[in-house]
Amino acid sequence: MSIDTFLILEKLVLVVIIIAASMGIAAYSTWAERKVAAVMQDRIGPLRAGPFGLLQPLADGGKLFFKEEIIPDNSTKWLFMLAPAMFIFTALMTSAIIPWGPDFVFNTADGARTISLQVADINIGILYVFGVVSIGVYGIMLGGWASNNKFSLLSAIRAASQAISYELALGLSLIALLMLTGTLSLRTIVEQQHGFWNEGYFTWNVFKQPLGFIIFLVCSFAELNRAPFDMPESESELNMGYHQEYSSMKLGMFLFAEYINMFISSAVLATLFFGGYNFPGMDAVQAAVPSGIFALICVGVLMIKVIGFILFFMFVRWTLPRFRFDQLLNLGWTKLIPLALFNMMVTGAVILFVLNKK
Amino acid sequence: MNIHDIIFWILSLWAIVCAIFVVVSRNPVNSVLFLIATFFAISGHYILMNAQFLAIVNIIVYAGAIMVLFLFVIMLMNLNTDTEPQKSRLVHFAALISAGSLLLVILSAFRYANLTQVPITDAGDIGLIKVLGKTLFEHYVLPFELSSVLFLAAMVGAMVIGRKEVVEEKTK
Repeated sequence: MSIDTFLILEKLVLVVIIIAASMGIAAYSTWAERKVAAVMQDRIGPLRAGPFGLLQPLADGGKLFFKEEIIPDNSTKWLFMLAPAMFIFTALMTSAIIPWGPDFVFNTADGARTISLQVADINIGILYVFGVVSIGVYGIMLGGWASNNKFSLLSAIRAASQAISYELALGLSLIALLMLTGTLSLRTIVEQQHGFWNEGYFTWNVFKQPLGFIIFLVCSFAELNRAPFDMPESESELNMGYHQEYSSMKLGMFLFAEYINMFISSAVLATLFFGGYNFPGMDAVQAAVPSGIFALICVGVLMIKVIGFILFFMFVRWTLPRFRFDQLLNLGWTKLIPLALFNMMVTGAVILFVLNKK
Repeated sequence: MNIHDIIFWILSLWAIVCAIFVVVSRNPVNSVLFLIATFFAISGHYILMNAQFLAIVNIIVYAGAIMVLFLFVIMLMNLNTDTEPQKSRLVHFAALISAGSLLLVILSAFRYANLTQVPITDAGDIGLIKVLGKTLFEHYVLPFELSSVLFLAAMVGAMVIGRKEVVEEKTK
């Protein structure tokens, strides 16, 4: 055996924890979304199930599980069943390469063991996220097509064209960041953003790539199908969008996967631009506490950033009206892509002439 | 047989079976889905050869973007087995000739193939992004730039074709 069994066990535990946490956070995002909407619209929001309505996600989940499952007669059945599974599968897959915290040392009977809080630090790093995101759209497309409903089909086609259009700007805005970091590995990108202030400038990438961050953020909204870009779902035009024919837990999986996507993309945003698990004054904290507790603090810091982004996604949803579809595509192709290219050129010039890197 | 060989055979079988189903299946949507599965098997081969960058680019570009467009067109045209247009005899004949010549090329390639050679696994780090980037921009700059100009030309061409239709619609 070249791979030792302890490593497999360690990764397995990490995977289970991450998936459970993604599910939990996604479930409570639905609660938070309702509460945020309620606060912004001067209502109370969910209140009956548990204190502050905290048991509402469980009640909703239970309701979805016990509802009758309807598969339309004229649907393509195996694709109809495959689509929600694919959608939630791709939503969960991205979490594998996010570094949730720094390495910590764990003392066993055989001696000290360094445990990494990242499932896989692969060579291609952030490109893996792009790969998963690009196949994520199949869940929507197949679901919409297999339902054999024209509203679902329209929505699926909207979703696909939206995703493809915004993937370009997303990738271009990221290239500028990667030119600065010189690596694809998310772990190295986070380590480069150590602390908060170094050599007379901020270490976090958002201060080095403000324009890139804004483009990336806007594209994330589009990739997540969140308002103001929730065209695939626009309930006033397409009834409910691509999951109109779905019922019971299959519908639940579609809705759930969107919240998981939101959580993961918040984590990616925090990792790429907001320093990941780094925080100001982390060196002092690291010296004061044992490595295990320090790792936990770092995970907590990352979670605070992630929750901040999730709340931001929600505030935007309940603040801005929906774009029209042609406005959306115009924004993507004629504004964001040239802007991202411009950002790339400026970054290249700065690297070449100001930082004198070769 | 080590683990690499086993994975190689599984991936090869997967690729070949899916590729056959691409051709055989009557429903165009199923064909596209099998083609996507074939791309995944090929990406698996790339990973087996330690060409991780090629593997992920294969998935992003082919499985993620081009196949979505294929699916897009098929869904919009709503091709079904019932509505599949009957092709003329000439098209059948042309297909036969082109497929036959492709078979000839493959067969002649097989004549010189060393069939006793074990499948290459882990071909060094040539497929990793750093090495690949250095090779492309140090040794093959001109072909690389020329092919990007070619892509640009194709893009402009597509836009010109797309634009024409819009102008015609407006004049009506």
